Amino acid sequence: MRQIWNTPGGVHPPDNKEQSLTKNIGHLPLPEKLILPLTQHAGTAAKTCVVVGEKVLKGQKLASASAGISAAVHAPSSGWITAIEERSVAHPSGMSAACIEITCDGEDRWIERVSYPNYQQASAMQLRDLIADAGIAGLGGAGFPSAIKLDSGTKKPIDTLIINATECEPYITADDILICERADQIIQGIDIVSHLLGKPKTILIGIENNKPEAIAALNQHCQGTGIEVVYFPTKYPSGGEKQLIYILTGKEVPSGQLPADLGMVCLNSGTAFAIKRAVIDGEPLISRITTLAGEACGVNRNYEILIGTPVSHLLQHNNFDQALCSRLIMGGPMMGFSLASSEVPLIKTSTCILAPSHTEIPDDEPPQPCIRCGLCSEACPASLLPQQLYWYSRAKDHERLQSHNLFDCIECGACSYVCPSNIPLVQYYRSSKGDITNALATKATAAISRERFEFRQVRLEKADIARESKREARRLNTEQAKKMSPSTTQSTGSSAADIIKAAQLRGITKQASPEQQKAKLQRTLLAAQMRLEEAQQRLVQVTNKGSAHQQAQQLASVEAARRKVEQTTQRLTEVSH
Amino acid sequence: MMSLLTDNTMLAALLALVGLGTLFGGLLGYAAEKFKVGSDPIVQQLDELLPQTQCGQCGFPGCRPYAQSIADGDAINKCPPGGQSTINAIANLLDISAPSLDEEHGEEEIRTIAYIREDECIGCTKCIQACPVDAILGAAKLMHTVIADECTGCDLCVEPCPVDCIDMLPIVENIHQWQWSAPEHSADLIATTASGMHEDAA
Ligand code: SF4
Ligand code: SF4
Ligand code: SF4
Ligand code: SF4
Repeated sequence: MRQIWNTPGGVHPPDNKEQSLTKNIGHLPLPEKLILPLTQHAGTAAKTCVVVGEKVLKGQKLASASAGISAAVHAPSSGWITAIEERSVAHPSGMSAACIEITCDGEDRWIERVSYPNYQQASAMQLRDLIADAGIAGLGGAGFPSAIKLDSGTKKPIDTLIINATECEPYITADDILICERADQIIQGIDIVSHLLGKPKTILIGIENNKPEAIAALNQHCQGTGIEVVYFPTKYPSGGEKQLIYILTGKEVPSGQLPADLGMVCLNSGTAFAIKRAVIDGEPLISRITTLAGEACGVNRNYEILIGTPVSHLLQHNNFDQALCSRLIMGGPMMGFSLASSEVPLIKTSTCILAPSHTEIPDDEPPQPCIRCGLCSEACPASLLPQQLYWYSRAKDHERLQSHNLFDCIECGACSYVCPSNIPLVQYYRSSKGDITNALATKATAAISRERFEFRQVRLEKADIARESKREARRLNTEQAKKMSPSTTQSTGSSAADIIKAAQLRGITKQASPEQQKAKLQRTLLAAQMRLEEAQQRLVQVTNKGSAHQQAQQLASVEAARRKVEQTTQRLTEVSH
Repeated sequence: MMSLLTDNTMLAALLALVGLGTLFGGLLGYAAEKFKVGSDPIVQQLDELLPQTQCGQCGFPGCRPYAQSIADGDAINKCPPGGQSTINAIANLLDISAPSLDEEHGEEEIRTIAYIREDECIGCTKCIQACPVDAILGAAKLMHTVIADECTGCDLCVEPCPVDCIDMLPIVENIHQWQWSAPEHSADLIATTASGMHEDAA
């Protein structure tokens, strides 16, 4: 047995995994509509390649990956594209984002599948392209596009491949049950990845010892493959990438570096399964295993859901009791977030839907002052000082937050979990991370503005100098002309005086009289009022039918028009006095 | 020569010190020339902190002139777009206490961006001349437009427009720009007394 290293910190929340493990993986009837957000992964949104009204087949590409970090989106079932617009999505902000809606035709007819059962003969590049084309993004929850992660393997030598089957969050059993039922396919997926990475020396599967059946299944299928199954004591959060690497190898990934810099690649076991499906069966990522748990649901079990299935569809088929439910959580109780509505679709990263009762996960209690007990520092798996970070976050001291490695915080929530004062520590860290990122972005744009401003300054100066030299040249010319014909001096002199006089006159007329100013302002006011009315009418229209985004825009223009009216009225009163 | 020095230690010490003095003097002189700081560094640092909106609300034609003026002893609270956070940063840099924003110059408002209602634009080019960061594109008698990414929201183009077709609209946040906000209900920072309910000097 391999040596196991012990990570600092960690907590032991109640497991709550048995509830959803009593049944095997279930299937739901086809929903009427599927909603596919263009951003289901870390990075930029995919680019739509279908139009409204188009008929699509199951597995057909709906949106392709854009440049940079991105992943493609495919149709999970056959049907028609009935909308491409903003819909509310599973996001902690509760905001909407661009989605493609498919109305299913019920036939569930596949597009022609191109499979590569002889992947051993394919080159690394070919395999990588297959994985990218299948739209695979980390299924463990972070959703990093897998093809890009594996790219690092072709650029740097990789000697260790780690498969993350830790699943350390309470309630979630999606990886566990997938391993129990389909370990053979996961091992095939691992073999494909190993082939792609040029056969790393060490291949490890890391799993917590609270999943004996999954460990047995893995052991059985790994015999003779050279893959080592390593199990270790259960502790939250062992499943963080850096934490798992430390547990299995004793190596620490330095702050700001990636596992690939140490010659390692870490993939989730569900992702390995999706890779097998993509390469050997030619099926893109259109379904995943999601755990449904919580006392507000009559049935707790794992489902193989089609991506894009509305959460409400999942709940409906499981005797969901709204009155019993304290809130809907996507993800686990430690790192998940509350859903604003049950109409949002399940996406590639939806590991779990938790519908707890009021007693199961009570509402947050009001926070109390910090008593400096230090429990949070003991619990932190990243060896940070959460209490210090909390103070600096409250004081908005960005410099100290960064020097205390705020960005190494994995937002695991262990500190908030142990805090006897119920301080929502993680939320402070998240907001501070956002503030710092914003501040950096503003700094960058300010630098651009400064450059443009200075450039313009130089341009104006140059134009000034050019004008000045032209004037000088003209003056010299006239002087010369004067010298040539002294008789005309008198007349030019008088004409110069005339010119100055005329210029002065023009200057006076240019400065509008108060009456003129008033008239202009009145015209402006009239125009502004008309615009306000128009904008209000349009607002009424979009409020009746129109997306939230359109409404927001219209609201903004009403606001702008209103301000203009106010400003002009004010100026008008000023001028009239 | 050598024997003279070994015999006369006083002279040796004197010579050594003079030698060292010349050497280091030369080095320092060389360094002063080589690593000369071109412009006034404090103006540079102040300019770094100002928001670069270039709106002129401070009474100067741009942020850099205001930075120069602060370096010459002007008040640091005249920049409304920067708001309190900029004032705090400048106060921190100059090691003085931070005053609150001077209302005479305007209030801190949410950031906006200029939009030209393009079908109403008559192509007079007046706004182009007003824009301090060259963020407006257009030509005489042709429709103009604002490059949203470059617009600082300085408001300077609105006034010169003869047909009032420029709107200043707040920036609408989308899901990718969204950030977590800090918790609303916050308790006192740390418990300092037995009851634990008194505000600690934060
Ligand atoms: S949320 Fe961050 S600070 Fe808190 S325990 Fe986890 S890693 Fe440490
Ligand atoms: S656990 Fe809570 S109360 Fe204790 S030191 Fe940390 S923040 Fe303060
Ligand atoms: S008021 Fe405007 S011009 Fe003056 S420093 Fe602030 S942003 Fe720059
Ligand atoms: S477009 Fe208008 S508001 Fe924007 S920077 Fe230029 S002048 Fe200022």
